[in-house]
Amino acid sequence: MTATTTTQPIVQAKDLSKSFGRVVGLADCSFELYPGEVLAVVGDNGAGKSTLIKCLSGALSPDSGEMYIDGEAVTFKSTNDSRAKGVETVYQTLAVAPVLDISENLYLGREIRKKGILGKVFRSLDKKKMRAEATQSLNDLGVLTVQSITQSVETLSGGQRQAVAVARAGAFGSKVVILDEPTAALGVNESARVLKLIKDLRERGMSIILISHNMPQVFDVADRIHVQRLGRRAAVVTPQSHQMNEVVAIMTGAMTVPEAEQQLTPVR
Amino acid sequence: MSSTAPTTAADEFADKASTMQKVQSSLHRYPWLSPLFVLALLLVIFGVLGLVMGVGDLENFFKPGTISLMLQQTVIVGTLAIAQTIVILTAGIDLSIGAIMVFAQMFMANLAVYTTASNVTFMAGQNPVLAVFIGLIVATLAGGLNGFLIVRFNLPPFIVTLGTLSIFTALTLILFKARTIQGKEMPDFMLLMSTKFELGPLTFTLGLIVMLLLYVLFAYILRGTAWGTHVYAVGDDPVAAELSGINVKRVLFSVYVVAGVVIGVAAWITIGRTAAASPNVAPEINLETITAVVIGGTSLFGGRGRLLGTLLGTFIIVVLDFGLSLAGLDQAYRVLAIGVLVIAAVAVDQWIRKVKA
Ligand SMILES: Nc1ncnc2c1ncn2[C@@H]1O[C@H](COP(=O)(O)OP(=O)(O)OP(=O)(O)O)[C@@H](O)[C@H]1O
Ligand SMILES: [Mg+2]
Repeated sequence: MTATTTTQPIVQAKDLSKSFGRVVGLADCSFELYPGEVLAVVGDNGAGKSTLIKCLSGALSPDSGEMYIDGEAVTFKSTNDSRAKGVETVYQTLAVAPVLDISENLYLGREIRKKGILGKVFRSLDKKKMRAEATQSLNDLGVLTVQSITQSVETLSGGQRQAVAVARAGAFGSKVVILDEPTAALGVNESARVLKLIKDLRERGMSIILISHNMPQVFDVADRIHVQRLGRRAAVVTPQSHQMNEVVAIMTGAMTVPEAEQQLTPVR
Repeated sequence: MSSTAPTTAADEFADKASTMQKVQSSLHRYPWLSPLFVLALLLVIFGVLGLVMGVGDLENFFKPGTISLMLQQTVIVGTLAIAQTIVILTAGIDLSIGAIMVFAQMFMANLAVYTTASNVTFMAGQNPVLAVFIGLIVATLAGGLNGFLIVRFNLPPFIVTLGTLSIFTALTLILFKARTIQGKEMPDFMLLMSTKFELGPLTFTLGLIVMLLLYVLFAYILRGTAWGTHVYAVGDDPVAAELSGINVKRVLFSVYVVAGVVIGVAAWITIGRTAAASPNVAPEINLETITAVVIGGTSLFGGRGRLLGTLLGTFIIVVLDFGLSLAGLDQAYRVLAIGVLVIAAVAVDQWIRKVKA
């Protein structure tokens, strides 16, 4: 057994399972994310990475297993429940509404209403405030390369859309940000910007789960690497303890790592 | 240096391309621009034909009496098209709008008027205010039934509303035995929406005012409230909306309920407009509302469009109707023109959707 530590995982899962009919997405999968770290989740296509984070964000409910946020047992019925606990997710499909503009997207599902009777009785949105704060949070993240906050998202480039999605995740006092393949569709420069964004979020004290197929990027930003294989955790290693080709070998099952050589405790 | 070279064909081409792009992105931003353009064009054409060339009776087109009549003619399609717009914005469709409207107006009239030729005589003879109110509730419940079936059983709106179209048409015949109740049989309150008043040279009806107020109200709701934003988001991409924390099923259900309320108001307006409650009123009303919405620039694929466009689309239908018949042309030409407009509108929509910054 590894030595007990005083640090509690900010997000933890025990024996999560999820099947889709006869297809197994997750099989007794364990997971720990520690405060302030970037944890990369890697694995082959269909290894269950997206399924894992969808359970953690409430988009799917697991068939069995437990989940804990800050040590407290949780069950999420919808993504709103995880958001309420400070867990924000950028999905592989981005989950933005292309016809809506940037600020509407940032505030989708948690719009701000005007003060007083206009807001309470007439349900009037405070568009001015939402636009101002949307501009502010894009600025904070250094991603304000868009022409206008009222531009519809479908007119943005892939990298700009990704930036909007990441800004949305980082904008609401969240503690944990989950990113599912944020750079998959991006060019070199745009990828670099998103990686910078991830490091910035970590600087601000957020804990980050990063799903990626891109090993150089994973080795660039990750503190620890969770290797997913066939619906369960195959190993947790670090960029220092293992080489890229070794991580790939773990992914494919060509190599196994004894628990004593894994990094199951925080490094930060 | 090439920068000082005179304009080449290629430059000109680039200019043209960017003009087209500007048109495309303007239409993208303001989808009601195309129906506005079509309406203006129609008015100009009818104006030239009538006032300059003296074709047919078109000179009467711009007389206050004709304009008043055209405006009053918009109320049934125009009001129902509000309900259709909200439904279509969610990428749905409502084929039962006309059937529910007829059912609701027959319900109202048969409550207020005692006729032996009905199967609801036991509850006839109500206070007309109560009769209208109950009719509104009935339409709301009918909309709720659509929403419930769509949301609860995950059925396509097209199929559900095709079914309820038959169901409510049948219920109208079964309960009310298809007897038309004339306006003169009804208490005055039933015909309140036909109340006329002068506004300058024009004659308005209360029904027209109510319709316009509904447009203002729903334009605000769709663009100024969170519910409106959610309607757009759900129509645009329901999966993304759900992941963003929107309760997609609740939004969809509420959309059909709200459509039901609007249909109920339209039923009352229709009694006033036609001075009767008849099972055969406006047999093509479903297609007309869809036409108004589509010509108005709202996308059948959901998430895209404005209520103002629908109002303009309604005007286009009525203006074409009056203009062509005053020009002495057969009804068939109006149907033909509407067909062309619908296809053009959908083509424009497809083009706009490809916009890039
Ligand atoms: N909604 C679903 N219905 C049916 N099967 C699903 C569904 N979602 C995932 N699966 C299946 O579950 C397994 C794990 O899928 P998951 O999307 O989690 O993989 P992944 O590791 O994210 O893969 P990728 O790298 O391709 O994104 C796959 O076999 C997949 O086909
Ligand atoms: Mg995935």
